[in-house]
Amino acid sequence: MIEKGKFNSVMARKNEIMKASIGIDFGEFESGGISFDYEKMMRKTGYTLAEMKVIQRHAGVGNTPLLELRNLTSLARMVTNKPGKGARIFVKDEASNPSGSFKDRRAANAVYHAKRLGYAGVVAATSGNYGAAVASQAAINGLKCIIVQECYDRDGIGQPEIIEKARRCEAYGAEVLQLSVGPELFLTFLNVLEETGYFNASLYSPFGIAGVETLGVEIAQQMQELTGNFPDMVVCTHAGGGNLTGTARGLRKAGAVDTQVVGASVNLKGLHMASDHQFNRKSFTTGHTGFGIPFATKPDRSDVPRSAARVLRYMDRYVTVNQGEVFYATEALSRLEGLERGPAGNTSLAAAFSLAQEMGKDQTLVVQETEYTGAGKHVQAQLTFAKSRGIDVLFGNPQEETVGSSIVLPNHPRQIRAVDINLNRLRQSYIRNALVGRNDVELSEVDISFLVNETQSSEQFVRNTIADLAAAQHS
Amino acid sequence: MSDALRGDWVRIHGIVIPSSERTEQVPEDTRATSLQMWVKGHLSADANIGDVVEVKTATGRKVSGELVEVNPAYTLNFGTFQRELSEIGDQVWNLLSEGNQKND
Repeated sequence: MIEKGKFNSVMARKNEIMKASIGIDFGEFESGGISFDYEKMMRKTGYTLAEMKVIQRHAGVGNTPLLELRNLTSLARMVTNKPGKGARIFVKDEASNPSGSFKDRRAANAVYHAKRLGYAGVVAATSGNYGAAVASQAAINGLKCIIVQECYDRDGIGQPEIIEKARRCEAYGAEVLQLSVGPELFLTFLNVLEETGYFNASLYSPFGIAGVETLGVEIAQQMQELTGNFPDMVVCTHAGGGNLTGTARGLRKAGAVDTQVVGASVNLKGLHMASDHQFNRKSFTTGHTGFGIPFATKPDRSDVPRSAARVLRYMDRYVTVNQGEVFYATEALSRLEGLERGPAGNTSLAAAFSLAQEMGKDQTLVVQETEYTGAGKHVQAQLTFAKSRGIDVLFGNPQEETVGSSIVLPNHPRQIRAVDINLNRLRQSYIRNALVGRNDVELSEVDISFLVNETQSSEQFVRNTIADLAAAQHS
Repeated sequence: MSDALRGDWVRIHGIVIPSSERTEQVPEDTRATSLQMWVKGHLSADANIGDVVEVKTATGRKVSGELVEVNPAYTLNFGTFQRELSEIGDQVWNLLSEGNQKND
Protein backbone atom coordinates (compact mmCIF):
# COMPACT_ATOMS: atom_id res chain seq x y z
CA MET A 1 0.00 0.00 0.00
CA ILE A 2 1.17 3.50 -0.75
CA GLU A 3 0.68 6.02 2.02
CA LYS A 4 -1.65 8.92 1.47
CA GLY A 5 1.08 11.49 2.06
CA LYS A 6 3.23 9.95 -0.59
CA PHE A 7 0.40 10.07 -3.10
CA ASN A 8 -0.27 13.73 -2.43
CA SER A 9 3.37 14.54 -2.90
CA VAL A 10 3.45 12.55 -6.15
CA MET A 11 0.50 14.59 -7.41
CA ALA A 12 2.24 17.80 -6.39
CA ARG A 13 5.23 16.79 -8.51
CA LYS A 14 3.04 15.82 -11.48
CA ASN A 15 4.37 18.41 -13.93
CA GLU A 16 7.96 17.74 -12.97
CA ILE A 17 7.52 13.96 -13.40
CA MET A 18 5.77 14.47 -16.73
CA LYS A 19 8.49 16.70 -18.06
CA ALA A 20 11.22 14.28 -17.05
CA SER A 21 9.39 11.28 -18.43
CA ILE A 22 8.48 12.63 -21.83
CA GLY A 23 11.28 15.05 -22.60
CA ILE A 24 8.98 17.85 -23.72
CA ASP A 25 8.64 21.24 -22.09
CA PHE A 26 5.01 21.86 -22.95
CA GLY A 27 5.30 25.37 -21.52
CA GLU A 28 7.18 26.34 -24.65
CA PHE A 29 4.00 26.15 -26.71
CA GLU A 30 1.73 28.01 -24.28
CA SER A 31 0.51 31.52 -24.94
CA GLY A 32 -0.49 32.32 -21.39
CA GLY A 33 -4.14 32.41 -22.40
CA ILE A 34 -6.26 29.44 -23.37
CA SER A 35 -4.44 28.92 -26.63
CA PHE A 36 -1.24 27.05 -27.39
CA ASP A 37 0.67 26.58 -30.63
CA TYR A 38 -0.49 23.14 -31.75
CA GLU A 39 1.34 23.07 -35.06
CA LYS A 40 4.58 24.24 -33.45
CA MET A 41 4.28 21.42 -30.93
CA MET A 42 3.74 18.90 -33.73
CA ARG A 43 6.64 20.30 -35.79
CA LYS A 44 9.10 20.62 -32.99
CA THR A 45 8.52 17.43 -31.10
CA GLY A 46 7.11 15.13 -33.75
CA TYR A 47 8.84 13.56 -36.72
CA THR A 48 8.56 14.32 -40.41
CA LEU A 49 6.62 11.90 -42.56
CA ALA A 50 9.80 10.71 -44.24
CA GLU A 51 11.43 10.01 -40.88
CA MET A 52 8.37 8.16 -39.60
CA LYS A 53 8.22 5.94 -42.66
CA VAL A 54 11.82 4.87 -42.03
CA ILE A 55 11.23 4.31 -38.29
CA GLN A 56 8.07 2.30 -38.88
CA ARG A 57 9.44 0.23 -41.74
CA HIS A 58 12.44 -0.64 -39.59
CA ALA A 59 10.07 -1.84 -36.85
CA GLY A 60 7.90 -3.88 -39.21
CA VAL A 61 4.99 -1.46 -38.91
CA GLY A 62 2.71 -0.13 -41.64
CA ASN A 63 2.28 -0.84 -45.34
CA THR A 64 -0.74 -2.93 -44.44
CA PRO A 65 -3.08 -4.19 -47.18
CA LEU A 66 -6.08 -2.16 -48.32
CA LEU A 67 -8.83 -4.62 -49.19
CA GLU A 68 -12.04 -4.06 -51.11
CA LEU A 69 -15.03 -5.60 -49.33
CA ARG A 70 -16.99 -6.59 -52.42
CA ASN A 71 -19.51 -8.85 -50.72
CA LEU A 72 -20.32 -6.38 -47.97
CA THR A 73 -20.68 -3.69 -50.62
CA SER A 74 -23.13 -5.95 -52.51
CA LEU A 75 -25.06 -6.56 -49.30
CA ALA A 76 -25.25 -2.81 -48.56
CA ARG A 77 -26.52 -2.12 -52.10
CA MET A 78 -29.10 -4.89 -51.78
CA VAL A 79 -30.27 -3.64 -48.41
CA THR A 80 -30.63 0.00 -49.41
CA ASN A 81 -32.74 -0.89 -52.42
CA LYS A 82 -32.20 2.59 -53.83
CA PRO A 83 -30.97 2.67 -57.42
CA GLY A 84 -27.53 4.18 -57.77
CA LYS A 85 -26.78 4.00 -54.03
CA GLY A 86 -24.12 2.03 -52.16
CA ALA A 87 -20.50 3.22 -52.19
CA ARG A 88 -17.64 0.74 -52.61
CA ILE A 89 -16.40 -0.22 -49.13
CA PHE A 90 -12.68 -0.77 -48.49
CA VAL A 91 -10.86 -1.69 -45.32
CA LYS A 92 -7.32 -0.99 -44.18
CA ASP A 93 -6.25 -4.27 -42.61
CA GLU A 94 -4.31 -2.86 -39.69
CA ALA A 95 -4.48 -6.23 -37.92
CA SER A 96 -1.47 -7.07 -40.13
CA ASN A 97 0.81 -4.93 -37.95
CA PRO A 98 3.22 -6.80 -35.62
CA SER A 99 1.04 -6.64 -32.51
CA GLY A 100 -2.25 -6.71 -34.44
CA SER A 101 -3.54 -3.14 -34.59
CA PHE A 102 -2.85 0.37 -35.91
CA LYS A 103 -1.55 1.22 -32.44
CA ASP A 104 1.85 -0.10 -33.56
CA ARG A 105 2.20 3.13 -35.55
CA ARG A 106 1.89 5.20 -32.40
CA ALA A 107 4.06 2.89 -30.35
CA ALA A 108 6.82 2.62 -32.98
CA ASN A 109 7.45 6.35 -32.84
CA ALA A 110 7.14 6.67 -29.08
CA VAL A 111 9.47 3.77 -28.34
CA TYR A 112 11.98 4.86 -30.99
CA HIS A 113 11.98 8.30 -29.40
CA ALA A 114 12.46 6.85 -25.91
CA LYS A 115 15.42 4.83 -27.10
CA ARG A 116 16.98 7.78 -28.89
CA LEU A 117 16.74 9.86 -25.73
CA GLY A 118 18.43 7.09 -23.76
CA TYR A 119 15.58 5.89 -21.54
CA ALA A 120 15.97 2.32 -20.22
CA GLY A 121 12.28 1.55 -20.49
CA VAL A 122 8.80 2.77 -21.35
CA VAL A 123 5.56 2.96 -19.38
CA ALA A 124 2.05 3.29 -20.78
CA ALA A 125 -1.30 3.51 -19.05
CA THR A 126 -3.69 1.61 -21.30
CA SER A 127 -6.13 -1.28 -21.19
CA GLY A 128 -6.29 -1.50 -24.96
CA ASN A 129 -4.30 -2.57 -28.00
CA TYR A 130 -1.82 0.23 -27.35
CA GLY A 131 -0.32 -1.77 -24.47
CA ALA A 132 0.44 -4.70 -26.74
CA ALA A 133 1.86 -2.30 -29.32
CA VAL A 134 4.21 -0.60 -26.83
CA ALA A 135 5.29 -3.96 -25.42
CA SER A 136 5.98 -5.30 -28.92
CA GLN A 137 7.97 -2.23 -29.94
CA ALA A 138 9.87 -2.27 -26.64
CA ALA A 139 10.83 -5.89 -27.37
CA ILE A 140 12.10 -4.92 -30.83
CA ASN A 141 14.09 -2.00 -29.42
CA GLY A 142 15.49 -3.81 -26.38
CA LEU A 143 13.77 -1.56 -23.84
CA LYS A 144 11.95 -2.60 -20.69
CA CYS A 145 8.22 -2.05 -20.58
CA ILE A 146 5.51 -1.59 -17.96
CA ILE A 147 1.83 -1.45 -18.90
CA VAL A 148 -0.65 -0.14 -16.31
CA GLN A 149 -4.16 -1.45 -16.93
CA GLU A 150 -7.60 -0.85 -15.48
CA CYS A 151 -8.76 -4.43 -15.67
CA TYR A 152 -10.91 -5.80 -12.84
CA ASP A 153 -14.02 -4.97 -10.88
CA ARG A 154 -14.12 -5.15 -7.07
CA ASP A 155 -14.61 -8.91 -7.19
CA GLY A 156 -11.55 -9.43 -9.36
CA ILE A 157 -13.63 -10.22 -12.44
CA GLY A 158 -11.78 -9.01 -15.48
CA GLN A 159 -13.04 -7.88 -18.87
CA PRO A 160 -11.88 -10.76 -21.14
CA GLU A 161 -10.63 -8.35 -23.79
CA ILE A 162 -8.37 -6.57 -21.31
CA ILE A 163 -7.09 -9.85 -19.88
CA GLU A 164 -6.14 -10.90 -23.41
CA LYS A 165 -4.25 -7.62 -23.82
CA ALA A 166 -2.37 -8.35 -20.60
CA ARG A 167 -1.47 -11.80 -21.90
CA ARG A 168 -0.12 -10.30 -25.12
CA CYS A 169 1.95 -7.73 -23.25
CA GLU A 170 3.44 -10.47 -21.06
CA ALA A 171 4.16 -12.55 -24.14
CA TYR A 172 6.34 -9.65 -25.35
CA GLY A 173 8.14 -9.59 -21.98
CA ALA A 174 6.39 -6.61 -20.40
CA GLU A 175 5.41 -6.20 -16.77
CA VAL A 176 1.66 -5.69 -16.51
CA LEU A 177 0.35 -3.86 -13.48
CA GLN A 178 -3.37 -4.55 -13.28
CA LEU A 179 -5.73 -2.39 -11.24
CA SER A 180 -9.36 -2.38 -10.27
CA VAL A 181 -11.67 0.34 -11.60
CA GLY A 182 -10.94 3.98 -10.87
CA PRO A 183 -9.27 7.12 -12.19
CA GLU A 184 -6.62 6.96 -9.45
CA LEU A 185 -4.81 4.68 -11.88
CA PHE A 186 -3.12 7.92 -12.85
CA LEU A 187 -1.46 8.13 -9.44
CA THR A 188 -0.07 4.62 -9.76
CA PHE A 189 1.13 5.54 -13.23
CA LEU A 190 2.95 8.64 -11.95
CA ASN A 191 4.42 6.61 -9.15
CA VAL A 192 5.80 4.01 -11.56
CA LEU A 193 7.23 6.73 -13.81
CA GLU A 194 8.97 8.32 -10.87
CA GLU A 195 10.23 5.05 -9.43
CA THR A 196 11.66 3.73 -12.71
CA GLY A 197 12.66 6.92 -14.54
CA TYR A 198 11.23 5.31 -17.69
CA PHE A 199 9.75 7.17 -20.63
CA ASN A 200 6.04 8.02 -20.62
CA ALA A 201 4.87 6.44 -23.89
CA SER A 202 1.67 8.44 -23.70
CA LEU A 203 -1.00 7.79 -26.30
CA TYR A 204 -1.35 11.52 -26.71
CA SER A 205 2.19 12.74 -27.32
CA PRO A 206 3.09 14.50 -30.58
CA PHE A 207 5.20 11.52 -31.68
CA GLY A 208 2.41 9.07 -30.99
CA ILE A 209 -0.16 11.02 -32.97
CA ALA A 210 2.25 11.82 -35.77
CA GLY A 211 2.84 8.06 -36.02
CA VAL A 212 -0.73 7.60 -37.23
CA GLU A 213 -0.23 10.09 -40.06
CA THR A 214 1.40 7.33 -42.12
CA LEU A 215 -1.94 5.49 -41.99
CA GLY A 216 -3.73 8.41 -43.66
CA VAL A 217 -0.99 8.74 -46.24
CA GLU A 218 -1.09 5.04 -47.09
CA ILE A 219 -4.88 5.12 -47.47
CA ALA A 220 -4.66 8.08 -49.86
CA GLN A 221 -1.92 6.45 -51.92
CA GLN A 222 -3.41 2.95 -52.01
CA MET A 223 -6.81 4.30 -53.02
CA GLN A 224 -5.14 6.26 -55.82
CA GLU A 225 -3.56 3.02 -57.04
CA LEU A 226 -6.72 0.92 -56.70
CA THR A 227 -9.37 3.36 -57.90
CA GLY A 228 -7.51 6.27 -59.47
CA ASN A 229 -8.86 8.69 -56.85
CA PHE A 230 -8.66 9.65 -53.22
CA PRO A 231 -11.48 8.14 -51.14
CA ASP A 232 -14.69 10.15 -50.77
CA MET A 233 -14.98 9.19 -47.12
CA VAL A 234 -12.80 7.65 -44.42
CA VAL A 235 -14.45 6.30 -41.28
CA CYS A 236 -12.33 6.15 -38.11
CA THR A 237 -13.26 4.47 -34.85
CA HIS A 238 -13.02 7.25 -32.29
CA ALA A 239 -12.15 7.08 -28.59
CA GLY A 240 -9.26 9.24 -27.34
CA GLY A 241 -8.96 11.00 -30.68
CA GLY A 242 -5.49 9.96 -31.85
CA ASN A 243 -6.70 7.59 -34.52
CA LEU A 244 -8.86 10.16 -36.25
CA THR A 245 -6.46 13.08 -35.73
CA GLY A 246 -3.43 11.23 -37.10
CA THR A 247 -5.31 9.71 -40.02
CA ALA A 248 -6.87 13.03 -41.03
CA ARG A 249 -3.51 14.81 -40.84
CA GLY A 250 -1.97 12.10 -43.01
CA LEU A 251 -4.77 12.33 -45.58
CA ARG A 252 -4.24 16.09 -45.83
CA LYS A 253 -0.48 15.70 -46.15
CA ALA A 254 -1.03 13.24 -48.99
CA GLY A 255 -3.27 15.76 -50.75
CA ALA A 256 -6.63 14.11 -49.99
CA VAL A 257 -8.05 17.40 -48.73
CA ASP A 258 -11.61 16.78 -49.95
CA THR A 259 -12.00 13.39 -48.28
CA GLN A 260 -14.72 13.51 -45.65
CA VAL A 261 -13.42 12.26 -42.28
CA VAL A 262 -16.06 10.60 -40.13
CA GLY A 263 -15.63 9.49 -36.53
CA ALA A 264 -17.59 6.47 -35.29
CA SER A 265 -18.06 5.31 -31.70
CA VAL A 266 -20.06 2.62 -29.98
CA ASN A 267 -22.96 4.23 -28.17
CA LEU A 268 -22.49 3.67 -24.43
CA LYS A 269 -24.63 6.58 -23.32
CA GLY A 270 -25.61 6.29 -19.68
CA LEU A 271 -22.74 4.15 -18.47
CA HIS A 272 -20.37 5.79 -16.00
CA MET A 273 -16.80 4.94 -16.97
CA ALA A 274 -15.51 5.10 -13.39
CA SER A 275 -18.28 2.96 -11.93
CA ASP A 276 -17.12 -0.35 -10.54
CA HIS A 277 -20.56 -1.87 -10.94
CA GLN A 278 -20.95 -0.81 -14.58
CA PHE A 279 -17.39 -1.67 -15.63
CA ASN A 280 -18.23 -5.18 -16.82
CA ARG A 281 -21.64 -4.31 -18.24
CA LYS A 282 -20.19 -3.16 -21.54
CA SER A 283 -18.78 -5.30 -24.34
CA PHE A 284 -16.45 -2.61 -25.71
CA THR A 285 -13.53 -1.33 -23.69
CA THR A 286 -12.64 1.38 -26.19
CA GLY A 287 -13.95 3.04 -29.35
CA HIS A 288 -17.02 4.12 -27.41
CA THR A 289 -18.75 7.40 -26.54
CA GLY A 290 -17.58 7.13 -22.91
CA PHE A 291 -14.17 8.22 -24.21
CA GLY A 292 -15.19 9.68 -27.57
CA ILE A 293 -17.29 12.57 -26.31
CA PRO A 294 -15.18 13.70 -23.33
CA PHE A 295 -11.96 13.55 -25.36
CA ALA A 296 -13.54 15.49 -28.23
CA THR A 297 -14.84 18.25 -25.98
CA LYS A 298 -11.88 18.38 -23.60
CA PRO A 299 -8.78 16.88 -25.22
CA ASP A 300 -6.35 18.01 -22.52
CA ARG A 301 -7.66 15.49 -20.01
CA SER A 302 -5.03 12.85 -20.73
CA ASP A 303 -1.66 11.96 -19.25
CA VAL A 304 0.17 14.85 -20.96
CA PRO A 305 -0.47 18.58 -20.37
CA ARG A 306 -1.38 19.14 -24.04
CA SER A 307 -2.81 16.32 -26.09
CA ALA A 308 -1.77 16.05 -29.72
CA ALA A 309 -5.11 14.32 -30.42
CA ARG A 310 -7.65 17.04 -31.17
CA VAL A 311 -10.50 15.56 -33.17
CA LEU A 312 -12.79 18.55 -33.51
CA ARG A 313 -10.10 20.08 -35.72
CA TYR A 314 -10.50 17.23 -38.18
CA MET A 315 -13.85 15.51 -37.78
CA ASP A 316 -16.40 16.37 -40.48
CA ARG A 317 -19.09 14.16 -39.00
CA TYR A 318 -19.48 12.00 -35.88
CA VAL A 319 -21.79 8.98 -35.74
CA THR A 320 -22.61 6.27 -33.25
CA VAL A 321 -23.57 2.63 -33.66
CA ASN A 322 -24.81 0.20 -31.04
CA GLN A 323 -22.98 -2.83 -29.62
CA GLY A 324 -25.35 -5.27 -31.34
CA GLU A 325 -24.70 -3.65 -34.72
CA VAL A 326 -20.93 -3.98 -34.31
CA PHE A 327 -21.25 -7.65 -33.38
CA TYR A 328 -23.43 -8.16 -36.46
CA ALA A 329 -20.86 -6.43 -38.70
CA THR A 330 -18.07 -8.52 -37.15
CA GLU A 331 -19.85 -11.76 -37.96
CA ALA A 332 -20.71 -10.52 -41.48
CA LEU A 333 -17.06 -9.62 -42.12
CA SER A 334 -16.07 -13.11 -41.14
CA ARG A 335 -18.74 -14.93 -43.14
CA LEU A 336 -18.78 -12.75 -46.27
CA GLU A 337 -15.20 -11.57 -46.55
CA GLY A 338 -13.25 -14.34 -44.84
CA LEU A 339 -11.75 -11.87 -42.38
CA GLU A 340 -12.02 -12.80 -38.72
CA ARG A 341 -11.17 -9.63 -36.80
CA GLY A 342 -11.75 -8.17 -33.33
CA PRO A 343 -15.10 -6.49 -32.69
CA ALA A 344 -13.79 -3.20 -31.29
CA GLY A 345 -12.00 -2.40 -34.53
CA ASN A 346 -15.19 -3.08 -36.45
CA THR A 347 -17.05 -0.13 -34.94
CA SER A 348 -16.22 1.93 -38.01
CA LEU A 349 -17.18 -1.01 -40.23
CA ALA A 350 -20.71 -1.13 -38.81
CA ALA A 351 -21.00 2.64 -39.34
CA ALA A 352 -19.58 2.35 -42.86
CA PHE A 353 -22.16 -0.26 -43.82
CA SER A 354 -24.84 2.33 -43.08
CA LEU A 355 -22.98 5.39 -44.45
CA ALA A 356 -22.20 3.64 -47.76
CA GLN A 357 -25.94 3.41 -48.39
CA GLU A 358 -26.21 7.22 -48.37
CA MET A 359 -23.49 7.52 -51.00
CA GLY A 360 -23.47 6.90 -54.76
CA LYS A 361 -22.25 3.64 -56.29
CA ASP A 362 -19.42 5.52 -57.94
CA GLN A 363 -18.14 6.76 -54.58
CA THR A 364 -15.69 5.07 -52.22
CA LEU A 365 -15.47 4.73 -48.49
CA VAL A 366 -12.55 3.42 -46.43
CA VAL A 367 -12.85 1.79 -43.01
CA GLN A 368 -9.46 2.75 -41.69
CA GLU A 369 -8.64 -0.12 -39.34
CA THR A 370 -9.12 -3.70 -38.27
CA GLU A 371 -7.65 -5.26 -35.14
CA TYR A 372 -6.59 -8.82 -34.33
CA THR A 373 -8.93 -11.18 -32.55
CA GLY A 374 -8.29 -14.10 -30.20
CA ALA A 375 -9.44 -15.66 -26.95
CA GLY A 376 -11.17 -13.05 -24.80
CA LYS A 377 -11.29 -10.51 -27.62
CA HIS A 378 -13.40 -12.68 -29.88
CA VAL A 379 -17.03 -11.75 -30.58
CA GLN A 380 -18.13 -15.13 -29.23
CA ALA A 381 -16.13 -14.63 -26.02
CA GLN A 382 -17.65 -11.18 -25.58
CA LEU A 383 -21.23 -12.39 -26.03
CA THR A 384 -20.60 -15.26 -23.62
CA PHE A 385 -19.21 -12.83 -21.06
CA ALA A 386 -22.09 -10.37 -21.52
CA LYS A 387 -24.64 -13.13 -20.90
CA SER A 388 -22.73 -14.26 -17.81
CA ARG A 389 -23.07 -10.71 -16.42
CA GLY A 390 -26.84 -10.83 -16.89
CA ILE A 391 -27.00 -8.81 -20.11
CA ASP A 392 -29.90 -9.80 -22.39
CA VAL A 393 -28.76 -10.67 -25.89
CA LEU A 394 -31.64 -10.59 -28.34
CA PHE A 395 -32.63 -9.88 -31.93
CA GLY A 396 -34.68 -6.76 -32.57
CA ASN A 397 -34.29 -3.12 -33.45
CA PRO A 398 -30.76 -2.10 -32.38
CA GLN A 399 -32.00 1.43 -31.64
CA GLU A 400 -33.81 -0.12 -28.69
CA GLU A 401 -30.65 -1.46 -27.09
CA THR A 402 -30.38 -0.41 -23.43
CA VAL A 403 -26.72 0.03 -22.63
CA GLY A 404 -25.75 -1.98 -19.57
CA SER A 405 -28.74 -4.29 -19.70
CA SER A 406 -29.21 -5.43 -23.28
CA ILE A 407 -27.42 -6.06 -26.56
CA VAL A 408 -29.80 -5.91 -29.48
CA LEU A 409 -28.62 -7.62 -32.65
CA PRO A 410 -30.35 -6.34 -35.79
CA ASN A 411 -33.13 -8.57 -37.13
CA HIS A 412 -31.99 -7.61 -40.60
CA PRO A 413 -28.88 -5.77 -41.86
CA ARG A 414 -31.09 -2.91 -43.09
CA GLN A 415 -31.54 -1.95 -39.43
CA ILE A 416 -27.86 -1.09 -39.04
CA ARG A 417 -27.91 2.67 -38.83
CA ALA A 418 -25.16 5.19 -38.10
CA VAL A 419 -26.76 7.90 -35.95
CA ASP A 420 -25.35 11.42 -36.20
CA ILE A 421 -24.19 13.31 -33.14
CA ASN A 422 -24.69 17.06 -33.47
CA LEU A 423 -21.15 18.37 -33.99
CA ASN A 424 -22.11 21.95 -33.19
CA ARG A 425 -23.20 20.84 -29.75
CA LEU A 426 -19.80 19.23 -29.23
CA ARG A 427 -18.09 22.41 -30.45
CA GLN A 428 -20.09 24.49 -27.96
CA SER A 429 -19.26 22.06 -25.24
CA TYR A 430 -15.56 22.26 -26.16
CA ILE A 431 -15.68 26.07 -25.91
CA ARG A 432 -17.49 25.89 -22.57
CA ASN A 433 -14.79 23.56 -21.21
CA ALA A 434 -12.00 25.79 -22.55
CA LEU A 435 -13.47 28.80 -20.76
CA VAL A 436 -13.82 27.19 -17.35
CA GLY A 437 -12.30 29.47 -14.75
CA ARG A 438 -11.88 32.32 -17.23
CA ASN A 439 -15.26 33.98 -17.07
CA ASP A 440 -13.95 37.41 -16.27
CA VAL A 441 -11.02 37.40 -18.64
CA GLU A 442 -11.29 39.15 -21.99
CA LEU A 443 -10.17 36.71 -24.67
CA SER A 444 -7.39 37.82 -26.99
CA GLU A 445 -7.59 37.62 -30.78
CA VAL A 446 -5.12 34.73 -30.57
CA ASP A 447 -7.41 32.84 -28.20
CA ILE A 448 -10.44 33.41 -30.42
CA SER A 449 -8.62 32.23 -33.50
CA PHE A 450 -7.36 29.19 -31.52
CA LEU A 451 -10.95 28.30 -30.60
CA VAL A 452 -11.99 28.67 -34.25
CA ASN A 453 -9.26 26.24 -35.30
CA GLU A 454 -9.93 23.86 -32.44
CA THR A 455 -13.59 23.58 -33.38
CA GLN A 456 -13.25 23.92 -37.17
CA SER A 457 -15.87 26.66 -36.96
CA SER A 458 -16.01 30.42 -37.55
CA GLU A 459 -15.25 33.49 -35.49
CA GLN A 460 -18.96 34.22 -35.40
CA PHE A 461 -19.74 30.74 -34.08
CA VAL A 462 -17.15 31.11 -31.32
CA ARG A 463 -18.29 34.62 -30.34
CA ASN A 464 -21.96 33.59 -30.34
CA THR A 465 -21.19 30.58 -28.19
CA ILE A 466 -19.27 32.72 -25.70
CA ALA A 467 -22.11 35.24 -25.59
CA ASP A 468 -24.66 32.47 -25.03
CA LEU A 469 -22.57 31.03 -22.21
CA ALA A 470 -22.27 34.43 -20.55
CA ALA A 471 -26.02 35.03 -20.90
CA ALA A 472 -26.80 31.64 -19.40
CA GLN A 473 -24.55 32.44 -16.48
CA HIS A 474 -26.21 35.77 -15.73
CA SER A 475 -29.77 34.56 -16.14
CA MET B 1 6.69 -27.75 2.12
CA SER B 2 5.72 -24.25 1.10
CA ASP B 3 3.14 -23.57 -1.63
CA ALA B 4 5.76 -21.66 -3.58
CA LEU B 5 9.52 -21.66 -3.65
CA ARG B 6 11.95 -18.82 -4.06
CA GLY B 7 12.19 -17.95 -7.77
CA ASP B 8 8.72 -19.31 -8.65
CA TRP B 9 6.62 -17.18 -11.01
CA VAL B 10 3.65 -15.98 -8.96
CA ARG B 11 0.85 -13.46 -8.88
CA ILE B 12 0.36 -11.08 -5.96
CA HIS B 13 -2.48 -8.84 -4.90
CA GLY B 14 -2.39 -5.60 -2.97
CA ILE B 15 -4.43 -2.62 -1.89
CA VAL B 16 -3.18 0.60 -3.46
CA ILE B 17 -5.71 2.93 -1.87
CA PRO B 18 -8.16 1.81 0.84
CA SER B 19 -11.78 2.77 0.21
CA SER B 20 -11.72 5.37 2.99
CA GLU B 21 -9.02 7.34 1.18
CA ARG B 22 -10.35 7.29 -2.39
CA THR B 23 -10.92 10.50 -4.28
CA GLU B 24 -14.36 12.04 -4.06
CA GLN B 25 -14.53 12.31 -7.84
CA VAL B 26 -15.28 8.59 -8.25
CA PRO B 27 -18.84 7.27 -8.14
CA GLU B 28 -20.11 5.96 -4.82
CA ASP B 29 -20.01 2.26 -5.77
CA THR B 30 -16.35 2.58 -6.71
CA ARG B 31 -15.52 4.63 -3.61
CA ALA B 32 -17.00 1.87 -1.48
CA THR B 33 -14.20 -0.44 -2.61
CA SER B 34 -10.43 -0.24 -2.31
CA LEU B 35 -8.24 0.35 -5.35
CA GLN B 36 -6.64 -3.04 -5.82
CA MET B 37 -3.66 -4.18 -7.85
CA TRP B 38 -2.31 -7.44 -9.21
CA VAL B 39 1.13 -8.06 -10.63
CA LYS B 40 3.34 -11.07 -11.43
CA GLY B 41 6.95 -11.74 -10.64
CA HIS B 42 9.58 -14.12 -9.27
CA LEU B 43 9.14 -14.85 -5.59
CA SER B 44 11.99 -13.63 -3.39
CA ALA B 45 11.59 -16.32 -0.67
CA ASP B 46 9.60 -19.52 -0.07
CA ALA B 47 6.02 -18.71 0.96
CA ASN B 48 2.45 -19.93 1.26
CA ILE B 49 -0.71 -18.67 -0.44
CA GLY B 50 -1.99 -15.72 1.61
CA ASP B 51 1.45 -14.67 2.86
CA VAL B 52 2.68 -11.15 2.27
CA VAL B 53 5.62 -11.60 -0.06
CA GLU B 54 8.00 -9.69 -2.26
CA VAL B 55 8.41 -10.39 -5.98
CA LYS B 56 10.77 -9.21 -8.67
CA THR B 57 8.71 -8.26 -11.72
CA ALA B 58 9.61 -8.67 -15.39
CA THR B 59 11.31 -5.27 -15.34
CA GLY B 60 13.17 -6.01 -12.10
CA ARG B 61 10.99 -3.89 -9.81
CA LYS B 62 10.46 -5.19 -6.31
CA VAL B 63 6.79 -5.19 -5.32
CA SER B 64 5.09 -6.54 -2.18
CA GLY B 65 1.65 -8.03 -1.81
CA GLU B 66 -0.35 -11.04 -0.83
CA LEU B 67 0.57 -14.25 -2.64
CA VAL B 68 -2.54 -15.37 -4.56
CA GLU B 69 -1.39 -17.73 -7.33
CA VAL B 70 1.62 -19.85 -8.20
CA ASN B 71 2.39 -20.52 -11.88
CA PRO B 72 -0.55 -18.26 -12.80
CA ALA B 73 -2.73 -19.49 -15.67
CA TYR B 74 -4.41 -17.69 -18.53
CA THR B 75 -7.94 -18.99 -18.35
CA LEU B 76 -9.48 -16.73 -21.00
CA ASN B 77 -11.16 -18.55 -23.88
CA PHE B 78 -13.35 -18.16 -26.94
CA GLY B 79 -16.56 -18.55 -24.97
CA THR B 80 -19.33 -21.02 -25.66
CA PHE B 81 -21.15 -21.45 -28.97
CA GLN B 82 -23.42 -18.46 -29.58
CA ARG B 83 -26.47 -19.38 -31.61
CA GLU B 84 -27.08 -15.72 -32.50
CA LEU B 85 -23.77 -15.41 -34.33
CA SER B 86 -24.45 -18.49 -36.38
CA GLU B 87 -27.89 -17.08 -37.30
CA ILE B 88 -26.33 -13.78 -38.39
CA GLY B 89 -23.76 -15.62 -40.48
CA ASP B 90 -26.43 -17.69 -42.23
CA GLN B 91 -28.62 -14.63 -42.76
CA VAL B 92 -25.98 -12.55 -44.53
CA TRP B 93 -24.88 -15.56 -46.58
CA ASN B 94 -28.45 -16.30 -47.69
CA LEU B 95 -29.29 -12.67 -48.44
CA LEU B 96 -26.23 -12.38 -50.62
CA SER B 97 -26.83 -15.66 -52.48
CA GLU B 98 -30.48 -14.75 -53.14
CA GLY B 99 -29.47 -11.30 -54.34
CA ASN B 100 -26.79 -12.70 -56.61
CA GLN B 101 -29.26 -15.20 -58.12
CA LYS B 102 -31.66 -12.36 -58.91
CA ASN B 103 -28.92 -10.48 -60.68
CA ASP B 104 -27.78 -13.51 -62.74
